[in-house]
Formats: sequence, structure tokens, C-alpha cells
Amino acid sequence: MHTDIEIVEAEQTSIDCTMADSTANSRTRDLDKLLLRPGHLIGPNFEPGPELRDDLQEYAKVLVIGAGGLGCELLKDLALSGFKNLEVIDMDRIEITNLNRQFLFRLEDVGKPKAEVAAKRVMERVSGVNIVPHFCRIEDKDLDFYSDFNIIALGLDSVEARSYINSVACSFLEYDSEDKPREETIKPMVDGGTEGFKGHARVIIPGVTPCFECTIWLFPPQVKFPLCTLAETPRTAAHCIEYAHLIKWDEVHNGKAFDPDNPEHMQWVYTEALKRAELFGIPGVTYSLTQGVVKNIIPAIASTNAIISAACTLETLKIASGCSKTLSNYMSYNGVEGVHVKVTEFVRDKDCLVCGSGVLIELDASVTLKKFINLLEDHPNLHLSKASVTHQGKNLYMQAPPVLEEMTRSNLTRPLFDLMGQVARDTVHVTGMMSKNDKKMSGLRKLRVVFKGVDGVADMDSAGSA
Amino acid sequence: MAEPKTKYDRQLRIWGEQGQAALEKASVCLLNCGPTGSETLKNLVLGGIGSITVVDGSKVDVGDLGNNFMVDESSVGESKAKCVCTFLQELNAAVKARFIDEYPEKLIEMKPSFFSEFTLVVATQLPERSMVNLDRICRDANVMLVFARSYGLTGVVRLSVKEHTVIESKPDHFLDDLRLNNPWLELKRFSESIDMNVPDPVAHKHIPYVVILIKMAEEWAKSHNGSLPSTREEKKEFKDLLKSKMIGLDEDNYKEAVDASFKLFAPRGINSNLRQILDDNCAEVDSRSSDFWVLVAALKEFIFNEGGGEAPVEGSIPDMTSSTEHYVSLQKIYQAKAEADILVMELRVRNILKKIGRDPDSISKMTIKSFCKNARKLTVCRYRLVGEEFSSPSLPELQKYLTDEDYSMAVGFYILLRAVDRFAANLNSFPGQFDGEMDEDVSRLKSITVGLLTELGCNSSILTEDLINEMCRFGAAELHAVAAFIGGIASQEVIKLITKQFVPICGTFIFNGIDHKSQILCL
Repeated sequence: MHTDIEIVEAEQTSIDCTMADSTANSRTRDLDKLLLRPGHLIGPNFEPGPELRDDLQEYAKVLVIGAGGLGCELLKDLALSGFKNLEVIDMDRIEITNLNRQFLFRLEDVGKPKAEVAAKRVMERVSGVNIVPHFCRIEDKDLDFYSDFNIIALGLDSVEARSYINSVACSFLEYDSEDKPREETIKPMVDGGTEGFKGHARVIIPGVTPCFECTIWLFPPQVKFPLCTLAETPRTAAHCIEYAHLIKWDEVHNGKAFDPDNPEHMQWVYTEALKRAELFGIPGVTYSLTQGVVKNIIPAIASTNAIISAACTLETLKIASGCSKTLSNYMSYNGVEGVHVKVTEFVRDKDCLVCGSGVLIELDASVTLKKFINLLEDHPNLHLSKASVTHQGKNLYMQAPPVLEEMTRSNLTRPLFDLMGQVARDTVHVTGMMSKNDKKMSGLRKLRVVFKGVDGVADMDSAGSA
Repeated sequence: MAEPKTKYDRQLRIWGEQGQAALEKASVCLLNCGPTGSETLKNLVLGGIGSITVVDGSKVDVGDLGNNFMVDESSVGESKAKCVCTFLQELNAAVKARFIDEYPEKLIEMKPSFFSEFTLVVATQLPERSMVNLDRICRDANVMLVFARSYGLTGVVRLSVKEHTVIESKPDHFLDDLRLNNPWLELKRFSESIDMNVPDPVAHKHIPYVVILIKMAEEWAKSHNGSLPSTREEKKEFKDLLKSKMIGLDEDNYKEAVDASFKLFAPRGINSNLRQILDDNCAEVDSRSSDFWVLVAALKEFIFNEGGGEAPVEGSIPDMTSSTEHYVSLQKIYQAKAEADILVMELRVRNILKKIGRDPDSISKMTIKSFCKNARKLTVCRYRLVGEEFSSPSLPELQKYLTDEDYSMAVGFYILLRAVDRFAANLNSFPGQFDGEMDEDVSRLKSITVGLLTELGCNSSILTEDLINEMCRFGAAELHAVAAFIGGIASQEVIKLITKQFVPICGTFIFNGIDHKSQILCL
């Protein structure tokens, strides 16, 4: 790394304008302009000054979900945008194919937990920032964990995970008697997503802007090939691959599960797909396509992740400080042909089960916790099985872990009314398995429980009484 | 050492081996390595760009630690170019990284020949005067140039290349090339060989929609003086006719035929975009013409002769409900036609090359093939010199943007980014760069902006006070998140230019970090 370039020394000309103000020689030189000065196009509650900057550093806590392509960028961007208390959660380990964009990871890190390496690398370079890594599933953390953060930034690649975090963040939301969201119970989220040259960034203020579930139609379910096409009328290379993967594998391997991360398994599917393609005269089966189809690989590049994460970080800073207007409320990005940025103001679903005021359940005061749990499974809007129930942060019944299950088991036979402290109405949180479009996924719901015949509430409309 | 192919798997699925090879051959020079420049290069180094040269004459100071991830406490006082270069090298050992501890402005003024060795120059945070000079240097040396700048909550990305031609533009959505309204003999014969009244219901519901539409179009034409449905009523009538041929409710192939009938109604011949390229002066080729224009010249001949008004057949068909046998046969018919068209095109290309005195084999068969497959999607981008744009922007466009609500903030930033450079040229600092002079700076910037707009011939009252105030508040701050956004866009455009895939920004991209209504301005 050396230069042999000889540059003739130019006469001292005017001051170099690309250099920044050298008198304001502090780490927050650039950010201070935004946080310390009054502005004209700003958010509500913007109170510029050194206190704002210091409070942001001292008190604002941001949780980053995912330490992948978006997560790595988010951690760096947030650390350099005035946030000092960060935590990150990711259940994955580093793979070779991450290295073209997840810039905090090196070849020697392959196999290590993403969250831990990412946190370490950012802390090494940005002094004063503290990042707590969590190498686990998002479902492993309880509500108390999530309630601790001011803002949650989502860098995820699955609809299920987004949906879960969304239900967690919305579960804290409470409405006042005029059906307005209580400000102190709002847990804002920023959400990013990318695919190739395309992506989105959005701001979710539960109770104010649509939550993930209000606009779930933005993420249509993945199209699966009909089995009869695979078995009887294959036409494309992908049909041959899915035949080998979904039908032939089970026929041959009696009971042995297919593991997409096992190269031998992948090779077997590829070879079988190739045989089938030859049999039918179908072109295009390659090893790379086989991996792509079987693992549902979404192409990903560094630039789009950088763009989307930057937009999410900017919005996080705005929500936390009010230093500018916030995105209202969904930005879609497409860089395939030029650059198209489109902002759409989506509207809330008034009847949303997740960010609404909660499903109303009317019960007799005598209903036991066990009966209540059974009732949730049959509830037409909930379909929630294996429910765990908490009330005001107290575990009434937990399905897992076994220790907690045993501790709470005796509650099952007691009336819910008593367990909830004999109040006429209150909110309970339930987590469990929900079935949606024939798919099981874990979820969380907020329920407004009202006891009949107590406190004169018998005339309330009942949205979900059993 | 892991296979590099594995490391790049997720991007190879986007730009392929050829795109990757182009990146690995390219050498990129970065001017100024603040966060905007550093983040741009980071994305390119991760993707495996061939070599980088970082040019910056400044030393790292404490302020840089707050917005640039590529410097740390140990770098304070050191050459910024060196520190950034060292970090970037860590990201990817396959990239050749070097630095030059020198101010870009000096190189631009004193050693313009320096830039000619690069494939592409990324120039960040340059004031207007240096941009204009560098642009002329790169244009003369035939070096691609990308300007990127972050400024408070706004920023700009502008490319400058004399001409950028794209064969593989890879658009998201493009009409399938099925020729339903103009089938060739083999396709017609195949359709005729299939009986739509086959009594076997399984066979009936596996007739591909391509065949259904071709047969029904013929039936329609017979009773309508040889023409296809054109009015709304006729189109509806045609769809009803399709539905009437269904013998079961589960016939997906007929549903697909109804949904795809718009492909039959589409006009014959080439689209206006391709027409414009054929009519371009460059399509009159001589020995100095690029391969692209030689291919266009051949395409023009093809369309007017063998093509009968159509471009070569693309050769691929979408998946559709069908028996395997019918589908594979159809695929072969389209492929065979595509290959025949390629052969004709090849002959024409070789003839033209001979005529203009070039080696007839100097364009590879593979290139001709790819050109034919993408003939309907060719793209040509040309860029004005920034100096020309600055001195004489397209006035009608400018007026349009200034009065269009969707563009008003973006065009406001465009004007103000120029105004702050004038401010700095006169006063040796950017507006709001120093605390304590805000009120004076606001009124100074306002009068400079009014002057600039008047000079351009625009109504000067059109810019809002709010935006001018915000611009002063920004005080030339380079915020990390904005720099990461601008750097992301800049690196994406570098990749498009180098791989010659996808369509780069044709105009000036203005980032609007206030409400994210960013826009492209074509001035």
C-alpha cells in the first residue's frame, strides 16, 4: 500500500471547503447540528439541546432483531447515530454465504454466533457503545425483556418472525377510556426488508400507524407447486427439483429427514432432479438452482441492505429525538431500473386483533384457568392452542419450561377471576401456537377479559363469549 | 480458503458469473473517504471489486470517529486514506487496496492524467467547481464517473458517462415474447395439431394457454375480416368465448388463457423504446462504432427484412398449465425459432463488420445470442456534463419540478446544494457550519438562492423559507445514516455501470431524508 505519485505542491489557495468545522472537534460534531439546533421541518416534541443528545446516549435503549445483512448495518448505523445502549438478538451462526454483505464477519468467524461477533466488532470500533448480544430465538425471551426497550428495529427475513415481534410490541399497548392509545404504552418499531435490488423500510407506531398484521397482505404467502404437477406433469427445472426433494426423498429414505444443510442430501436431490429432467426432456437443472429452490434462497447484496438499514436508522433517530418528520409510514425501494423510492401512507385495520384494544372475552366468574385455556383453542378469531397466560407480568400458567409449568400447574383448577385479583375487567396476555392458512406459528395475543355479573358489566357487547 | 464462488453465491444469483468477472476486473478510485465515500467502497469491496485506490489528504480527527466506522481512536492524527484503506482490506483479501494521502482537488488541478488508469471514479463530497473540472477530465479519458454527496438530511448521486449501453437490462416485469398475435408457421402448425374438442377431460385441461389463444384468435379472425379483438366490447366478447370452451370448473389452463389474453391484444411489432434506439444516429455505423451499435445496425436490418417488423424471438416461455409433452414441444418450437433468428442476425453482424472494415469475427457468438435474447429490452443512457447541466438546465423540466408537489422538496434541495457551494466559494465556509452565525447565514443563503434561481430564469419565490432554514441547520454535517444511504445508492450504481446489467439512474438522484420522498431529476 504505497503511492509513488508525485504531486507538485500547489500554492495555498482558499480554505478547503470539504473539511468540516475544526473548532467543533468532538465526536458528535455532525450529529450535534441536528440535535442541538432548532429546526423548521421537525417532529412533535422536538426539544433541541445538549440534554437531548445526552439523554439519547444515556437512556434510549434500542433492540435490534437479527444480526444478518440488515442487522450488521443497523448496529453500525445506530452506534454512529447517537445511540449507546443497544442489544441484538439472533439465533443463527455465521455462514460463508453471509460474507458478501454481512461486513462485521470474517472468514475465520464462520460457525460462530452472529449476535456475539456482530456486537463485539461494533464495540471494538465505536468506543462508548455497549451492545448486549443474545444468541437465541426471539420466542425464548419473555415480555419483560422486550418491554425494556424504547424502540425495536427489525432486520428480519421472515414473515413469521416479523409477525411475532409485532404481536409482542403491540401487546404492551393500552387504550384510554376514549379509545386513544396511551402514549407511555406505545412501543415503536422500524422494520426493514430486502430482496436483491428491492426493499422496504417502514415505521410502526402501534395504535397510531398500521401494525404488521394490519397490512399482512403486503406479504402474500409463498406459492407452492401443486403436488400433482410435481408428480404427473412436471414442466420446469424447479418442478423436477421439488419432486426429488418433497416426494422422491421420502419414498427412498424411509423416515430419514431431509437436511438442507447437509451437502450429501443436497447432492442426492440434485442428481435425482437431473434424472427426472432428462426423462421428461426438461432443461435447466443445476446444483445452484437446486439449492435455491430447496432452501428458498433470496438473493442479497450489500448495497440494498445498506440503503434500507440507513433509512431504518434515520427513522429510529427521528422517533427517539423528534429531530425531523418521520416517514409516514412505508417506503418501498426499487433499484433495478434507476432508483424508485415510493412512500405510501397505509391505514390501520380498525378491527386488527393485534394492535386493536384486544379481543374481548366475556366469562363467568367461576370459569377456571384450564377451561379458559381450552376456550381459546375453539375461539373463532384466536385458534390459540397450548396457551400460556400472564396477567400484569405474573405467570398464571406456563406450558414451558418444565420448572415453571410445575410451579403454575396448580392454578389450572382455580377460577381465573380469583387469579386476576377479583377485578371486573382486565387485560391478560396469552402466548401459544396459532394456526393460520394451515400453518402453525407461535404468537401472542392481548385479551380483554370481562367477568359477567360483576360490577354491572352484563350489558357489554360480547365479541367472543364462549 | 473457501471457494470464492460460495462466498459470492447470493450476488451471483443476481448478476451471474459474467457480472462478477467484470467487477473483479474493475479498478475504482475513491475521492474523499469520509463516511459517504467509505460506505460506498465498503459495499464494493464486499462484492469483490478488483482494486480500489483511496484518495484523501486529510488527517483523522475526533469528529470523524462519530460518523465514520472505518476509523477508530487509534487513527486520530493519521492519514484518513490510510486508515480507511486498511479497514477495507480487512473485509476482503481478494481486493487490491491502496491509498494516496493527497487532497483530490489538487490531483484534479495538477495531475489530471492520474484518473485515466481507472475503470471508474467515485467522487464524494466535492464542491461544484471541482465536480465540473473532474467531469471534463474523466469524459476526455473515457473513465466512468459517479458523484455522491451527503449533506445534512439530503444528498445527491449523479452519474456521468458519455454513453452507457445495456443489453441485459433485466427489468422486473416485461411482456413475455409469445407472438400470439403473429405466430410463425411452426407455431401455427403445432397449434393446429391439437384438438380443442378432445373428449378426455384430463387432456382437455392440459392444453397450454398459448395453444388455446392462438387457435381462438384464428377462429375470431375468420369471422372478423382477419382482425383481432380491439375494442373493449370485442375483448370482453373474446374472453367470454374462451370461457364458453371450458368443460369443467377446474380448468386452470382456460383461466390462464383469459388472464393472458391481453398478450394477444398487444400491438404487433416493436415497442417505442426500441424504435428510438433504431432511429438513433449511432445506428449508422462506421469503423469507430462500438459493438453495441454494430449489433443495433444488424437488428435494424433484421427487423425490416426477416423479422417482418418484429425483433428476434426471445426463445423462452413462462410456466403454464400443460401436459409435460405439450409444454416441452412448445419450448422446443420457441427455442428453434430463437436459434434460427440468431443465425440470421449473426450473418448480418458479420457482414456489417466486414463492410466497416473490422474483423468479421470480432463480436462473439455469445454476445450476439445475448443481444438477440434481450433485443426488446435494450437501453441507452447518455449523460450531460455536469457543467452543462449547471449552466443550462432544462428549463421546462425545472419549472415542472418546481410546481409539482411530489418534486418540490427534491428540487429545492437540488437548488440549495448548488447554493451552499456558491456560499462556500464566497465565504470560505458552508452556511451554518459555525454556531452563532445562523441568522446571518440564513439571509445570506436566501439571497444567493434567489440569485441562482433568477439566473436560471425561474420564479425565485418558489423555494420555501423552511427548506432554506433547514439547509443552514444542516451546516454541512455528514450524518452517518445519510452517508450510508447515499453510499449504498452510489455503490449500486457503480455495480450497474461496471457489470453493464440493469439500468442506472438517468438523471440526478436527490435524497430527501425528511419524508423520504426522494426523486430523480432529469435536467
